[in-house]
Amino acid sequence: MSQAALRNVSVEIGDGEFVGLIGPTGSGKSTLIQHFNGLLMPDSGKVYVDGVDLTRKGTQLRLIRQKVGMVFQYPEHQLFGETVLEDVGFGPRNGGLSDEAVIQRVEEALAYVGLDYEAIKNQSPFELSGGQKRRVAIAGVLAMRPAALILDEPTAGLDPEGREEILAQIKQLHAEGGMTVVLVTHSMEDVARFVDRLIVIEQGAIALDGTPVEVFRQAARLKEMGLGVPEITDLMHELKAHGLDVNTDILTVAEAEKEIIRVMGWQT
Amino acid sequence: MRMLRSVTIGQHIPGDSVIHRLDPRTKILSSIFLIMLLFVVKGFIGYGLVALGIALVIRASGIPWRFVLRGVRPLIVILVLTLTLHLFMTEGRVIFQIWFLKVTWEGLIRGLMMGTRLVLLIIGTSMLTLTTSPMQLTDGIETLLKPGKKIGIPAHELAMMMTIALRFIPTLLEETEKIMKAQMARGADFQSGGITQRAKSMIPLLVPLFVNAFRRADDLAIAMEARGYRGGEGRTKLRELKFQRLDVMGLGLVLAFALVVGVFF
Repeated sequence: MSQAALRNVSVEIGDGEFVGLIGPTGSGKSTLIQHFNGLLMPDSGKVYVDGVDLTRKGTQLRLIRQKVGMVFQYPEHQLFGETVLEDVGFGPRNGGLSDEAVIQRVEEALAYVGLDYEAIKNQSPFELSGGQKRRVAIAGVLAMRPAALILDEPTAGLDPEGREEILAQIKQLHAEGGMTVVLVTHSMEDVARFVDRLIVIEQGAIALDGTPVEVFRQAARLKEMGLGVPEITDLMHELKAHGLDVNTDILTVAEAEKEIIRVMGWQT
Repeated sequence: MRMLRSVTIGQHIPGDSVIHRLDPRTKILSSIFLIMLLFVVKGFIGYGLVALGIALVIRASGIPWRFVLRGVRPLIVILVLTLTLHLFMTEGRVIFQIWFLKVTWEGLIRGLMMGTRLVLLIIGTSMLTLTTSPMQLTDGIETLLKPGKKIGIPAHELAMMMTIALRFIPTLLEETEKIMKAQMARGADFQSGGITQRAKSMIPLLVPLFVNAFRRADDLAIAMEARGYRGGEGRTKLRELKFQRLDVMGLGLVLAFALVVGVFF
């Protein structure tokens, strides 16, 4: 693997933003996010977290990794603890916290992902259902109280209900906890509904960057890249092409409903 | 994490040389002869002749020398250890003495011989894996073991296990890297601390690795059955191994060489 992974990326993510990162397979999404907490180091270029240059020698990467939580694809494949308590507490323990503090963190983190601490703490993570495993694994990252959370396809392989739950919990973390969130995904529907800002990356460069509405206006460009727009947005574009004068900046079914009723002049 | 990528078990360099074209069985048998020969040879002339023979094979294979010699590098510690042990532990005519440590003439010779034997062993056998693809290798082993079936040696199963093991080395390395990163993101430290500390820090890496390996094995078994795998019984091959004139000549040559060197040196 000696080919150039990534090239001219330049991106800034502000405090408290909810950013979606999309791009075709092999565009460099996973490579890019691993630079955010110093798991990968650039051969050239700089990475700053809170003004600290990660590429400088002597940077305390451990502190950076506490600040920037990273949830990998299929995070449940990294579970190892005999109990949920042990597994979720791994991060805080590495941070040198006392037993009580660790327990408190675990309780808090499990609550964030909608799991009951008392009911689950002594269970083996390997006995849980797929969705629960995923949430325990995410709690393991949240237990470090990161200021930013990076999730690489957190809903891959889950059923619709599980996806909804996890996304809603992430949204809540952002809204109530003020956490900066970067969500890597293939689902246009997910980003349309949840993120404030959408970054499209293609062959290691930022292709598009803006609000979801702005980005999805470039439907043709996105399709060229092998991506798409949410189905409902696609439908609105089709309606427009067939002569119905609808606004195409539509991202959800509810919005579409209202818009169609408006254009058709129906009474409700 | 680069080091994980540089593991070279069973590394194979494709090519079209005489050595590459030999039947894998020829090469496996030759390697066995070589190993036996190295344990029979008694003196430096014999080792020299064997080294010459191996050199000719390397030359004929067209594989760069540095590639072959690189295989010896991990052995350096063992080589030094072997040499030192023999140097100091052998009784005989003393060359010089430091305090109670006696360096003897016999020790020097024996140490050097052991070292040479090890190096030749590694280089010689690495020629087998370097010039034979894993597929061919397992095919060869399977055919060679076939007569053993009568006495209960599961030839096909062994070969299949080897193929699968080789196939999964890169996959497992990749997986290891992934898990390491995930745990490092949670503040795990795999590098520092004493031996117990380090062994302990391996748990969060090894447990998921094993769990995933078993899961993968299960999936693989199901996928194989879904494609009609029922073991070796009645299974045909796309490429049948065939002994050619070249193989007969090669094997004859190696055998003759081994006999002459083994008997006279």
